[in-house]
Amino acid sequence: MSPKPRIATASLAGCFGCHMSVLDIDERILELATRVEFDRSPINDFKEFRDRCAVGIVEGGCCNEENVELLEKFRKQCDVLISLGDCAINGGVPAMRNNIPLRECLEQAYLKCPGTYNPLNVLPNDPEIPLLLNRVYPCHEVVKIDRFIPGCPPPADAIWAALTALLTGRSAEPVYEHLKYD
Amino acid sequence: MSRVTFTIDGKTVKAIRGQTILKAAEAAGIFIPRLCAYRDLTPHGSCRVCSVRVNGRIQAACVQTVAEGAVVESETPELQEFRRNLVDMLFVEGNHFCMFCEKSGFCELQALAYRFGIAAPRYRYLNPKRDIDLSHPDVYIDHNRCILCGRCVRASQDMDRKNVFQFVGRGSRKRLQVNGDSLSETDLKATDEAVSVCPVGALMRKRVGYEVPVGQRRYDGQPIGEDIETREDK
Repeated sequence: MSPKPRIATASLAGCFGCHMSVLDIDERILELATRVEFDRSPINDFKEFRDRCAVGIVEGGCCNEENVELLEKFRKQCDVLISLGDCAINGGVPAMRNNIPLRECLEQAYLKCPGTYNPLNVLPNDPEIPLLLNRVYPCHEVVKIDRFIPGCPPPADAIWAALTALLTGRSAEPVYEHLKYD
Repeated sequence: MSRVTFTIDGKTVKAIRGQTILKAAEAAGIFIPRLCAYRDLTPHGSCRVCSVRVNGRIQAACVQTVAEGAVVESETPELQEFRRNLVDMLFVEGNHFCMFCEKSGFCELQALAYRFGIAAPRYRYLNPKRDIDLSHPDVYIDHNRCILCGRCVRASQDMDRKNVFQFVGRGSRKRLQVNGDSLSETDLKATDEAVSVCPVGALMRKRVGYEVPVGQRRYDGQPIGEDIETREDK
């Protein structure tokens, strides 16, 4: 028996809503579990890849260097990489900072925002914190992406249709009702 | 009334002499995608989404009038690709955040992208810095979403007789301007046609957002243009 195809997922600069939409395929997740093996994903809490994956699903855009590193790792490790949701495709809500200079954005958030308690008046600068990029980049501006499933979050049916199409080698052209940007 | 006969994608269409290709196609139940064209507004020919080939030459269907025996091509892979590119460019040229836009589900730019099956734009996002004018008590302008179609400019002049809007600047610096320091200093009313005709979420009435639930909005189930294609009186 050939091994089951492996699926890995990651959340970059996103809200995990797209992962919620993956779970929203409801009982079909049991069918999925019989057909695939989950690799690195929050579903099994594996933090590192176990093996090469047939499908990688990436949620969120790249807002810091850690996001870029993880995305590049996914690209190398997965045969097919899917950009899931608006943050991965156009930066989403985090990308609203893209036309504001980074320093101005940080100062507004940590120093000037009403209700902020910051007695030392410093911007977060711990070396543990990943370095922010100048702007939020959609995934396809960083690595090659094979498929896009838009939506905020994408409908569960769209995710299911795309995954089953991929696993059975059928065309994964979205039907009209599944193509949503909101 | 003099009539002419011509073809669109091989289909014979009868039209009134002087009618535009867009109107004649619409009367025949053929949808030619468009953004700047709107019902009774003077055609503008600015967005070029309605581009068709007329006797081999590319023309904007909203301004080009019909001619006897003309051969019009619309749904060719070349023209569909051309239109897709235009819509792609409009998305990256502005800041369009559909996920929280009040116009989502009613937006014609979004609906065209759905119809063309666009899952992601091919071009890099430009992320321009643009303003939002919230000064008016009943209406706001979000320049991030403006696609410069000029519908509001024409509607304000021709239907509202007010001239509230105009374009200023050239090329990538072109933008919509109002005839006052801010929108609140104009005589624009929320009931003006200029507000109704905006195809995107740029010119919006306040306090009515998200009135229609998701799933019941205009383009949730029905692609843009399907009303024209499935009309029974054509």
